[in-house]
Amino acid sequence: MKILTCPMNGDRNIDEFQSFGPVRAGLDPDRTADAEWARHLFRAENRKGVVIEWWRHVPSNYYFLAERDLVSNEIIRTFDSSDPQGRT
Amino acid sequence: MPLRLLKYGLSRTYPISEDIPATPDLLPSYDVVIVGGGGHGLACAHHLSKYHGIRSVAVIEKGYLAGGNTARNTTTIRSNYITLEGIAFYKEAVELFETLSQELDFNVMFSQRGQLTLAHSEATLRSFHLRAEMGKHMGTRTEVVDQKTVQDLCPQLNLDHGGPLEIVGGLWHADGGTARHDAVAWGYAAQASRRGVEIHQRTEVTGFEVVGDRIQVVNTNRGRIACGQVLIATGGMNYDVALMAGVELPIRCYPLQAMVTQPLKPWLDTLVSSVSLHTYLVQSSRGEVVIGGGSDPYQLYSTRSTLDMKEHLAEGAVHLFPFLQGVRLLRQWAGITDMTPDYSPIMGASPVRNLWLDCGWGTWGFKATPVAGKRLAQTIAEGRVPDILKPFALERFETFRLLNEMGATAASH
Repeated sequence: MKILTCPMNGDRNIDEFQSFGPVRAGLDPDRTADAEWARHLFRAENRKGVVIEWWRHVPSNYYFLAERDLVSNEIIRTFDSSDPQGRT
Repeated sequence: MPLRLLKYGLSRTYPISEDIPATPDLLPSYDVVIVGGGGHGLACAHHLSKYHGIRSVAVIEKGYLAGGNTARNTTTIRSNYITLEGIAFYKEAVELFETLSQELDFNVMFSQRGQLTLAHSEATLRSFHLRAEMGKHMGTRTEVVDQKTVQDLCPQLNLDHGGPLEIVGGLWHADGGTARHDAVAWGYAAQASRRGVEIHQRTEVTGFEVVGDRIQVVNTNRGRIACGQVLIATGGMNYDVALMAGVELPIRCYPLQAMVTQPLKPWLDTLVSSVSLHTYLVQSSRGEVVIGGGSDPYQLYSTRSTLDMKEHLAEGAVHLFPFLQGVRLLRQWAGITDMTPDYSPIMGASPVRNLWLDCGWGTWGFKATPVAGKRLAQTIAEGRVPDILKPFALERFETFRLLNEMGATAASH
């Protein structure tokens, strides 16, 4: 069992969580060309390294961020998306 | 040792046969460099050398021959997809498998036993009707069958009448089957080697020298190679390898896990798959029951196995066949799958003029080995993409012409 530390619910089995993939910058719908939309939709971060991802604790429907190594699967830290210390 | 036996060993009439020669020294240049010594790359090398007269070909493999996803898949061969483009492509794959042992003069143990996909709900049955009609339209053997037929096709199944996972029907695909994955790669490698293709094992591509819109040099840990054309066919490493040439693919990597039981007497004839249980089973020619399911639920570049997935697969397998509960697991493993957003592969041209792609094979690559090799060899030899591959172009993600095969792929193969 792999443990993910939820900022709201504490240490839980990773089975209780759903991954939503790496954080991407939002686009301005009025100024975005088709090619940029295509890139935004389909080219996700997939490099071998550390990424910040959206996760959801399914039973409580709580969304938060986790920093994780895509090679070693080490979860470096988790934090609420409003946490000013979180985004680096 | 009996001298009579030694006589054969020394005789010129019975030379030592060498299917795949040891890795030779790298030449300064090749007409075609194939990155990736798995089934796909070797199939392409075979077709280039046999049908297109291109023999200056180097297959560059980081590890050992066919040791990546070719060795890790669960050997399902089928064409019961949803899109016209997908069915046309995989139909050719099945047809090539039907004659592959003759083509390669190597027994790939193709066994066309049919694939039975189970529905546990009316909603699943509706999607099966769509797949069956598309399949019939394209000339494949795919049909929706009722409970009684499911029982006839696979009498060992626990239909669990009335339960929450009651089997209400199935999709019967008589064209489906399985083959020996290693044999497919070895057969292609032996044929290609015989015609002069060089297979370089333990040779890792470290970068590409791109000048203008062409790759001029492939750099490896064993030296530089000047190249005419380059094909990327590296399975789970496709994203990384393409990025070395400046091509960013719409791929995310997920582990895919599978396992086998101890060998049993032959009892399971068809390939059985359950959409709702995310579990599928096939009995190999050695008697082991191969059990697979969906990819892991989050991105990872790792071939580690997890107990969670083992428990999940065991639960599905025991639900379908309760008598498997006392059977031991023999092996478990994982591969890295290069998943695309629409669950279809990316084949053909790239933004780099002499770089061709055989990527995005996710969880559906083994069955396409012969057809991908054949059609990409044609692409490289003629310098243009044949019609059957055009729908799978990388540009489809810019033009929003996706080929959605998720319903016919995810965990139900």
